[in-house]
Amino acid sequence: MLFAGLIGTSAALLLCAVMVATTRNLVHCVFWLAGVLLLTAALFVMLGAPFLAGIQVVLYTGGVITLMLFGVMLTQRKPDTEVPMDSQRKGPAAVTALAMLCVLLAAIWETPELAGMTVSTQQIGATEVGQIFLSTQLLTFEVLSVLLLSAMIGAIVLVRKTDP
Amino acid sequence: MELQILLSIAAILFCVGIYGVISRRNAIGVLLSLELMANAVNLNLVIFARYGDGAVGQAFTLFAIALTVAEVVVGLALVVLLYRTRHDVLTELASDLKR
Repeated sequence: MLFAGLIGTSAALLLCAVMVATTRNLVHCVFWLAGVLLLTAALFVMLGAPFLAGIQVVLYTGGVITLMLFGVMLTQRKPDTEVPMDSQRKGPAAVTALAMLCVLLAAIWETPELAGMTVSTQQIGATEVGQIFLSTQLLTFEVLSVLLLSAMIGAIVLVRKTDP
Repeated sequence: MELQILLSIAAILFCVGIYGVISRRNAIGVLLSLELMANAVNLNLVIFARYGDGAVGQAFTLFAIALTVAEVVVGLALVVLLYRTRHDVLTELASDLKR
């Protein structure tokens, strides 16, 4: 039952993803991406990660999608017009993607260790993840906060209007 | 069996992202496709968290999400800068950012 739900959600997810990669209208493209991110949150719930699903909805669907819409509006003279796609690059792009897919699928289906792995029954919520943040992964947590600060400063410096 | 099918779905999502990144000319479109690839990686981490030591895997997914957000912020800043200097956001215009 759960597996059928996983497969159905994944099919919708892949459909939205193909639309993101191929739609010519950028605003529509952003909303297809919102669909991908929301369906991923649904998959997270089914895979036993409700806390991450919440973060995904708040941070991605709330934050990144808004940011992307601002990006489209700031850089297109008419945001609803269709953007050119490079037909010359479609062939190489398809070949690269298919080659990568073959390598990944071969790795997934030929690795014997993967077949023996079973679902862990451990329940994971915000408490367990928070305890890991503040115990074994404390250094990573601190480095990440410095990285976020430097990304913010970098973005401000890049788009700052320089004095004449 | 279930694990392999889930991992294959994440792999397909990643490859759709690769196709978008290479075939799009608009820089915002490239960023959107990059999001697809990052999303596939997060999905992979959560799938492995379900089959292995769960809590550490989920903590790392959270780290990966934060990294992606930082990447989007800097990427959009670069796109806005490109629009200011070249008045369009096609990727071939970004071959040199200095004026």
